[in-house]
Amino acid sequence: MTVSGPVTHLTLAEMRELLGKRAFSAKELTQAHLEAMESQRALNAFTCETADKALAMAEAADARLAKGEARPLDGLPVAIKDLYCTEGVETTAGSNILKGFVPTYESSVTAKLWQAGAVMTGKLNMDEFAMGSANMNSAFGPVANPWQRKGDNRDLVPGGSSGGAAAAVAARMAPASLGTDTGGSIRQPASFCGIVGMKPSYGRCSRWGIVAFASSLDQAGPFTRTVRDSAIVLGVMAGFDPKDSTSVDLPVPDYEAALHKNVKGLTVGVAKEYRMPGVAGEVERLWKRGMTWLEEQGAHIREISLPHSQHALPTYYILAPAEASSNLARYDGVRFGARAAAEDLTGLYEATRGQGFGAEVKRRILIGTYVLSAGYYDAYYNKARRIRSLIARDFARAFEQVDVILTPTAPTAAFAQGEKMDDPVAMYLNDIFTVPASLAGLPAMSVPAGLTDRGLPLGLQIIGKAFDEETVFRVGHALETAAHFTHRPQRISG
Amino acid sequence: MTNLIAGSTGPWEAVIGLEVHAQVISRSKLFSGAATGFGAEPNSQVSLVDAAFPGMLPVLNRVCVEQAVRTGLGLKAEINLESVFERKNYFYPDLPAGYQISQYDQPIVGEGSIVIDLADGSSREIGIERLHLEQDAGKSLHDRHPKMTFVDLNRCGVALMEIVSKPDMRSAEEAGAYLTKLRAILRYLGSCDGNMAEGSMRADVNLSVRRPGEPLGTRTETKNVNSIRFVQQAIHYEARRQIEVLESGGTVVQETRLFNGVTGESRSLRSKEEAHDYRYFPDPDLLPLKLDPARIEEIRAGLPELPDEKKSRFIESFRLKPVDAAILVADRERADFFEAVAAGRDAKLASSWVMGDYFAALNKAGSSLAEAPVDAEKLGGLIDLIADKTLSGRMAKEVFEAMWESGKTAAAIVEERGLKQITDTGAIAAIVEEILVKNPAQAEQLKGGNMKIMGWFVGQTMKATQGKANPGTVNQLLKEKLGL
Repeated sequence: MTVSGPVTHLTLAEMRELLGKRAFSAKELTQAHLEAMESQRALNAFTCETADKALAMAEAADARLAKGEARPLDGLPVAIKDLYCTEGVETTAGSNILKGFVPTYESSVTAKLWQAGAVMTGKLNMDEFAMGSANMNSAFGPVANPWQRKGDNRDLVPGGSSGGAAAAVAARMAPASLGTDTGGSIRQPASFCGIVGMKPSYGRCSRWGIVAFASSLDQAGPFTRTVRDSAIVLGVMAGFDPKDSTSVDLPVPDYEAALHKNVKGLTVGVAKEYRMPGVAGEVERLWKRGMTWLEEQGAHIREISLPHSQHALPTYYILAPAEASSNLARYDGVRFGARAAAEDLTGLYEATRGQGFGAEVKRRILIGTYVLSAGYYDAYYNKARRIRSLIARDFARAFEQVDVILTPTAPTAAFAQGEKMDDPVAMYLNDIFTVPASLAGLPAMSVPAGLTDRGLPLGLQIIGKAFDEETVFRVGHALETAAHFTHRPQRISG
Repeated sequence: MTNLIAGSTGPWEAVIGLEVHAQVISRSKLFSGAATGFGAEPNSQVSLVDAAFPGMLPVLNRVCVEQAVRTGLGLKAEINLESVFERKNYFYPDLPAGYQISQYDQPIVGEGSIVIDLADGSSREIGIERLHLEQDAGKSLHDRHPKMTFVDLNRCGVALMEIVSKPDMRSAEEAGAYLTKLRAILRYLGSCDGNMAEGSMRADVNLSVRRPGEPLGTRTETKNVNSIRFVQQAIHYEARRQIEVLESGGTVVQETRLFNGVTGESRSLRSKEEAHDYRYFPDPDLLPLKLDPARIEEIRAGLPELPDEKKSRFIESFRLKPVDAAILVADRERADFFEAVAAGRDAKLASSWVMGDYFAALNKAGSSLAEAPVDAEKLGGLIDLIADKTLSGRMAKEVFEAMWESGKTAAAIVEERGLKQITDTGAIAAIVEEILVKNPAQAEQLKGGNMKIMGWFVGQTMKATQGKANPGTVNQLLKEKLGL
C-alpha cells in the first residue's frame, strides 16, 4: 500500500499498517490531523485541542515503533468526547458548571487507549451532560455536521449527544473518536454523519471516569469510518474493570478476527413494530435494501415481534432523567467546577446550578425529580422499570429465533440547526430506534448504508445478543461491503 | 406494672423503639479504599469516590458485608440472600454526591431479637426489625468561621449498620439495657467498637405514649443521642413532654426532634409535613447484593460465644447468680478475665473478688483490663493464698491493695511483709493464754456464758498477731481453754 492523497483520509487500519512500515511517522500523522483540526475549526467539533500532548505521545510512539515494540494502537490519533475525564486536561461534559475542572485522574477506557499507544488529539464537543440528539445543547455552542443538503448551505446538526465525536471522524479530523451512548448518542450521530458508531453491551466497557448521565444505560463506544476500525478500537476499550461494579468479567474476543466470517446461515430479525408512521420513506426503503444485501450474502430474514418497543421512548425518558437527577446532584459548587457567589447555602446551590446548567439539563433534572417523588414514584418510575424488563424479555425471546436484528438507526437524516428546537418531544423521537437496545443493554452498531435524495447519509442499525459484539461486527461488515459507502461530506479536511 | 408513668389524669405507658447507627469495624470505607481511623487530620482520609468527583463509582467493600452478616447472625436474625443498595437523595455540603447509598426496601438483615437483662435479674426479649448497611455522611463544622461552614469528609462513606428495634421497650431502663446488650453483642462479634463518645455508635429514639392497653399513640423521633445516659434522659424528657401535651388537651405532632446533651432537653427539628422526600431508588452503579448461603454458614460456624450463651454457661458451670453472670458477660474482656481467674479455683470466691475489690479498683483507677497492674494470673495467685489459708480475707484485701500499687505478685508481698497467716495452733494458744491471764474480768464473763465477749477476745488476739492469726483457730482455742 502506498499513500495517495491526504493521510487523514486513510482508515485507521491503513494508518496502522503504514506506521508499521514506517511510510510516515506517528508525529507526521499527528501533525496532519492537528492541521486538519485547525482547518475545520468552524465545525466547532472540539472543545479543546491538545496539540502538545499529542505530539509528545506521537514521539513516544515513534520511539516504540522504531524499536519494533509497537503496541496495538501505537501512533494512531484518537479524539475524546468531553464526557471522559482526562488527567490534566479540562473536562467539562459540555457544561458551564464544569468549566475549569481539570481531573487528576484518567478514565479507565481512555487509559487503556493511551496504554495501547494511541495519541490524544483533543476533547470533543457534545450536548451538555450527554443530553440531546442534535448537539445544540452545548455550553460551547452547536457543532455543524460536515455534510450539507444538496443546494442548501445551511448548517445541519451532527446528531447528539456525541456530535463533536461524529463530526470529527466524518470530516477526517481524526480516524477514530470515543463517544458515549445512553439512548443512541453514538448510533444516531454516526448515522447523521455517515460513519460507523458502535455501542457495545452494557458492562462491556468500564464507566469509571466517565461523567455519568444515566448510569444503568451509559456505555462507551468508538466512532470510526469502517467496521474494521471499530473492531480494532473497541478491542482495546473493552474489558472488565474492578472499579466499575457493573462491568462484566468476560474475556474480550478478537473482534477484528470476527470480520473474516461471512453471514451465510445467520438469521436476521426484522421487527414488524418498527414499521411506523413518522419514519421517512427513504429510510424505510434503505432498511429493505439492507435486508436484501444480507439475503444476497446468504443470511435469512425473519420477521419478529418486539411488542413492548412502542413504550421504549417514554420508558427511557422516565428512567434516564430519574438517574440523571440524582447523578447531577454532585454539581453543587462546593468541591469543584463553577461556584456562583451567594449569601447562604441554599443561595449557593440555586445560583450555581441555576447559572451552571443549561435548559435541557434543567428540564431533565425536573422530570427526573418528579418521577421519583413520593406519590408519583409507582406511576412513573416503577412502571417504567417494569416495562424495561418487558422490553428486555421481548429481545431475549426474539434472540431465540434470530442472530441479530436489523433496524434503521434514526427515523430521518440530519436536520438543520434550529429545526425541531421548539418541541422537546419531537427531538426525543430521534431516539426511537436506538433506545430499545439501550434499555435492554444490548450491543448495537450503526453502519452508513446510503444517501437520501438530498445527499445526506443514512445508517442501518444492527442489534446483537448481549456480549455478542462479534456477530454484530460480522453483519456490519457484510452490510458495509454491500453498501460500498464511499461518499464524502462537503466539509472535509485535506 | 412498674413501667407506668403517673400523670395528673392517670397512668401512661411509653412505647419505645431505637434506631442505632453502629460504625462497622473495617479498615476501609463501605464503597471506597479510603481509611476509616478516628481522629485523623480533617479531609486526610478522603478518596475521589467519597468526594463524589465526576465519573467516580462505588465498589462494595466485602469486609463490611461480612460484618453485617456476622452481626445479623449474632442478633439471631434472618439474613437476606439478596439485598439492594438504594440512593437516598438530599442536598447537604457534607454529602458530596447529593445522595447517601443505603438500603431501603430490601435490607441485608431482617427480623431478629435481643434478650435484655434487667436490674432485678429478670430478662426480656426485644424484637429487631431489620439491619441495613449504609454510608455515613461527612461532618459540617459551623463554629470555625463567623460566616462559613467547614466540611470534613473523613467520616463520609464510612460503613454504618443501622439496627432498628421493634417498638418493644417500655422504659428508659429497658432502653438502657437494650443498648448495653446490643453493644456487648457488637463487641463480642468485633463488628463495631461500640464507642459512643467517638460517635461509632449513635441512637435515635422513637417514642409515643398511650394509656395502658390502648392503641399506639403518635410518635416522635429524637435524633443525635450519643450515650446510654442521654438516651435515658431523652426518653424521660420526651415521655413527660408528650404526657403534658396530651393531658393539657393537645395532640402530639409527628416530628423529628434534636436532643441537646447539655440541657437534657430536645427541640423540634422538622414536622412530618416538612420531612424530606428522599426519592429512594436502586443505585444503578451497584448490582443487587447476592450472598452465598454456604458462606453464611461458614460465618455462623465461626461466631464467638455470645453474651447470652456465656451467661447461661456461667450460671451452669460456676453456679453464679443470674445478676452476677449478667454483669460479668456484659463485657467480653471482663468475662474472659473472670474465666481465667476462676479456672481451677473456687468460682464463688473468684467471682466475689473479680466483681468486688477488683472491678472497684479498676473503676477507681479508670483503667482498662489490659493496662491494669494486676492481671488474671496475679489475682488468681492471691485467691490461691486465701484458699490455702495463708491469708485471711482481711489480710488479702491489704495484700491486694499492695499488689495494685506495686504490680507485684501476692506471694512476693506476703514474703516481703511477713504477712503469712499464723495457723500454728501452739503459737496462737500461747498468745490466747496470755490475753486470758491479762484480762481476768472478761474471761469470767465469757465463762459465765456471755458469748458477746468472745468477739472481743478474737479481736485482741488478732491485734496481738497483727492480724496474722487465723480467726477460726482463735475461736476454736478460746472455746477449748474455757471449756465451753
